[in-house]
Amino acid sequence: MSEVPSTTVARDDLFGLAAEFTTTPGIYHAAEKTRAAGYTWFDCNVPFPVHGLDRAMGVKMTILPVFVFFGGLTGLILACILQVFTNSLQIDLWALVPVVGYQFEVSGKPLIGPAAFVPVAFEMTVLFSALTAVFGTFFLNKLPMFYHPVLKCPQLARATDDRFYLVIEAKDPKFSLAEVEAFLHTLEPESVIALEK
Amino acid sequence: MNVADVKNDNIRLSGLAKKAGPVLAVVGIVFLGISVLLSSGAREATVDVDGGDVFWKSYLFAFISALGICMGALFFVLLQHLTRSGWSASVRRLAEGLAKNLSWIWMLFVPILVLVLSGNGSMLYDWADAEYMASAHMPHTKATFLSPVFWSVRAIFFLLAWAVISSIYFRWSTKQDQDGSVNWTHKMQQWAPVCMILFAFTQSYAIIDWVMTLQPKWFSTMFAVYFFAATMTAFFSTIILLARFMQRTGHMQHCITTEHYHDLGKWLFGMGVVFWAYIGFSQYMLIWYANIPVETGWYMARQIGGWAGISILLLVGHFILPFLMLITRWTKRWRCTLPLIAGWLIIMFFVDMYWLVMPVVPETAIENAESYNELANTITANDIGYGFNIVNITCLIGMVSLVLGGTLLNLRKCNLIATSDPRLDEALHFENA
Repeated sequence: MSEVPSTTVARDDLFGLAAEFTTTPGIYHAAEKTRAAGYTWFDCNVPFPVHGLDRAMGVKMTILPVFVFFGGLTGLILACILQVFTNSLQIDLWALVPVVGYQFEVSGKPLIGPAAFVPVAFEMTVLFSALTAVFGTFFLNKLPMFYHPVLKCPQLARATDDRFYLVIEAKDPKFSLAEVEAFLHTLEPESVIALEK
Repeated sequence: MNVADVKNDNIRLSGLAKKAGPVLAVVGIVFLGISVLLSSGAREATVDVDGGDVFWKSYLFAFISALGICMGALFFVLLQHLTRSGWSASVRRLAEGLAKNLSWIWMLFVPILVLVLSGNGSMLYDWADAEYMASAHMPHTKATFLSPVFWSVRAIFFLLAWAVISSIYFRWSTKQDQDGSVNWTHKMQQWAPVCMILFAFTQSYAIIDWVMTLQPKWFSTMFAVYFFAATMTAFFSTIILLARFMQRTGHMQHCITTEHYHDLGKWLFGMGVVFWAYIGFSQYMLIWYANIPVETGWYMARQIGGWAGISILLLVGHFILPFLMLITRWTKRWRCTLPLIAGWLIIMFFVDMYWLVMPVVPETAIENAESYNELANTITANDIGYGFNIVNITCLIGMVSLVLGGTLLNLRKCNLIATSDPRLDEALHFENA
């Protein structure tokens, strides 16, 4: 594997440096050491989920469940309001426009019959939770993302096949080209690759 | 923790846990004896016209509560083999120990069988009363289906099937501990689908026969599923408490990890709380909506008088509170909160079973009442079978002690963890994503 020397990329165009590994323990321990060295803007590109890698990297627990809970709660409340209003509403809007709900009486059930509202409330809760989960994931992952510097380097395409890459980004406050390059070499990678923005 | 180190992790029952087994068994027998004495001393006073004998109803309530815990365990064991689950290898033996109680639980059912076969079944079941059946205007097929002999033959078949399945799985699993052969796992997996189908049929029919027919006119196609959901609450609460008890008494400190508690907590949340509420509500809503008198009577008895409070207690205590308590990740992982919630839910399971067995449909009161309000105002506690009796609780303590004592006795001669299970390594290193 030929190394791409860091000097081939101009400093301003540098996205970061990638270290290439061939094994999961390799990338796992590299992530641990990178975290211990105090780098914060780094990521791992791996072909399959590596168990415990997020913990080795120090990735914090996602806030998504909280989004989903409140999304579901919103759905629940909306469903209840919707049903109560459409079934039993009777107000005069601005004292002029009468607004009346569909006050159907079905087999002697009360207009506001909580048991009948539960299925709709349940479905709305599920729908809002699911949509919050999907779009929350998009939002937290900054999706859709049409371009990422890692995709530009043909060598890193092997991250979808048989190689593991640890990328330290140039925007890391501790980033200095020489130091990071030296540090990555201490992790004993196959090669160190400079990534262009 | 590696598979090789498991042997050093105190996986044989010792100390307090070993002594507790026989003690609990004796306590169980003593409490059942006390129940008999209490109710025979005051038999005249405890008999009410509609509700059958208080002792027999308490006995049935306690029996299905104890049964529910073991049936949930049997389902869990079969399911782990059916799905070839790896994570559960560290707690499966505890479940096998719980399920193994099904090999002797038929003894507790014998008194009910004798009652029904001796012609006194009407003390518990209205359908055993020929006069009632003659005046009840029910299809003839129902009377045939509920003839004491046919009913008893079915009960024997169910109890036998459970005894065989649970004993076989316990034996195969413990044999694997001794010879370490992977063939036992293959064997258990091969038989899991057959046993699971048998389990589903027998449990469904058993609960229809033993509990749903307490009101012979009433029927619900969801009743068996409702009981199944309740057994999930019972079993997952119990196994969480049992695993915690084992660890507190010095066993398996490293074999059972936070990850396993987390997964058991997820099961408890998903099946024991949410699925239970889903099924319970579905059954209620369909009957409420259709509003057919023969079906609504069952819920009528449970929403007037004292039972209304118990129904609301179940809604809040069995669903809303545990739902909110178990929804976050940390309550399932922290070793203080999860056993606490499990302890609360097992009590709610007993309340649920009580709510299932005890109420009586006030048929004559419903017929005579002009309106719902009149019925609700004139109903007496006796009409709907509402009234706490000390025998309710002594029977329950007796049966549950027997089951817990039996579990500890089952686990006395084997490892507390399936040491030779090929998936044990996976279980020990299992992590929730």
